[in-house]
Amino acid sequence: MESIQDHAAVPPKPIGRPRSRWGEVRKSRWAYAFISPFYILFAIFGLWPMAFSVYLSLTEWKGVGPLEFVGFENYTRLVRDTVFWQSMRNGIILFVLYVPLMLFLALVLAVILNSGRVRGYRIFRTIIFMPFITNMIAAGFAFRILFTHQNGLINIGLGTLGLDAVPWLESVWWARITLSILIIWAWLGYNMVIMMAGLQTIPHDLTEAALVDGATPVQAFFRITIPLMRPVILFTAVTSTIGSFGLFAEVASLTEGGPINATLTPLIRIYNVAFGGLRLGYASALAYTYFAIIFFLTIFQVRYGRER
Amino acid sequence: MTARAFRESLITILIHVLLVVLSAFMILPFGWMLATSFKLPQDVFGYPPILFNENSSPIHYRFLLEEKNLLRILWNTFFVAFSATFLSLFFCSLGGYGFAKYRFPGKNVLFAFLLATMIVPFAVTMVPSFIVVREFGWVDTFYALIIPGAANAFGIFFMRQYISSISDELLDAARIDGATEFGIYWRIIVPIIVPGLTSLGLIFFMGSWNNYVWPLIILKTPARFTMPLAIASFGGAVGLSNYPGQMAMAVISIIPLLIIFLLFQRRFVEGVMAGAIKS
Repeated sequence: MESIQDHAAVPPKPIGRPRSRWGEVRKSRWAYAFISPFYILFAIFGLWPMAFSVYLSLTEWKGVGPLEFVGFENYTRLVRDTVFWQSMRNGIILFVLYVPLMLFLALVLAVILNSGRVRGYRIFRTIIFMPFITNMIAAGFAFRILFTHQNGLINIGLGTLGLDAVPWLESVWWARITLSILIIWAWLGYNMVIMMAGLQTIPHDLTEAALVDGATPVQAFFRITIPLMRPVILFTAVTSTIGSFGLFAEVASLTEGGPINATLTPLIRIYNVAFGGLRLGYASALAYTYFAIIFFLTIFQVRYGRER
Repeated sequence: MTARAFRESLITILIHVLLVVLSAFMILPFGWMLATSFKLPQDVFGYPPILFNENSSPIHYRFLLEEKNLLRILWNTFFVAFSATFLSLFFCSLGGYGFAKYRFPGKNVLFAFLLATMIVPFAVTMVPSFIVVREFGWVDTFYALIIPGAANAFGIFFMRQYISSISDELLDAARIDGATEFGIYWRIIVPIIVPGLTSLGLIFFMGSWNNYVWPLIILKTPARFTMPLAIASFGGAVGLSNYPGQMAMAVISIIPLLIIFLLFQRRFVEGVMAGAIKS
């Protein structure tokens, strides 16, 4: 406590022109101390591992023993890794399957719940948001039971409507669709809440004026609400893109990546290579390739989203 | 009633019907989870499907307590989530205060760097972070679940926005009264930002409680598992899947968060909204 008392009179903001840069740094030592935990922890558990991982990607390592330097062999092997590229493709397919639909639904729901014509809108908001707080292992296994082919509740329901049982988890495309349903179930409320917050920032009288001028609510929605909500839609689209490549628990519990790797995501592939196959060097090469692709995809998305 | 008014009320009714249908879809997995957790294994896929029958009983919950170390696993999950949340809140609010209320050389560069770290996906740090954690001897310990993520860029960003709105006069007045810089943080800033800390804390707590991949990499001993791991590794005695037991575990994993969510719903939603809008 003694030393803390000593510095009590140090003003946090330099008054007038400081004598030297070093003097300024010394004066600001409290500020540096306050922000330091992040940089220390990031250096140890983020930056250093990332740098080490670059080197690791040029080696073959089982996690113990000496590192064997192999140059760019991991990267050349990766080009022919059909399972990895399959997982990247799955990420894109999943994105196409659920993101547009989910964001559209989220925006429509946000507009409806914001419109003030829904009774008890808080209850609906709570219910729609509830899946978001559920851990995806619990949810995934619950979906697995619901969507079981033989006598699962969903197929029994379809049967009473006179429809055939659907191989929800057994066929390549149905498994992807079932996974998409799980993700929409889990994330719809989250995106809806963000859209609701976004709607509160756009001027209400614009849509009002359009409606007075004779536009239908549907026209107002497509011509006014969607263009004004572009930044918010872009944000949710970008986070969902990154999300669809980084799915793990949802897939582990619902489909285990199957059938025949149809729902395997890049993150699971990297996990399997690293911790299942103990090929830490190769996993690092995969991770960096994955990062580069995601990075350019995001930049492309932001560019494209802003220009249009 | 004019045609227009009639159409309006028709639309209103339609909207409510759609919302009720959607809500039913949202609740269905929870309901089926709960119903399954009371069934006998042979009734899970019985035809016709039933919610409850005369065989339904809480037997699987007793099985979890007696055979599956339920209380221990709940405690693990709670301990990790609670510690991680409080440590993160401390570091994030302190960092946010540093960025919001001080001017210092390199501030803009440091802040830009902080934001840039947010684009690094988990896939890239997953393998090398594990290697570092192993060097520390933290494999199969809770340290690895609590400390590496304790100072989080998003949290600092969130807290900086929140603390920026506090007036400087208040802090200067305290300074004149002889408060230390840390004393200002502790006695003046922290009490004011309790609502923001609550919002952020709820998000951290949920993130830790529900986390699966990192604990899967770190934890090896079943007695140290957290709830999602315990649900995922749930096997029946003879290698068959024991869905009712697994669903009982799932129900218990959801209830604490559900209670917290319903109690603090406003703060929770505020945290989610603020986080999204500001980035």
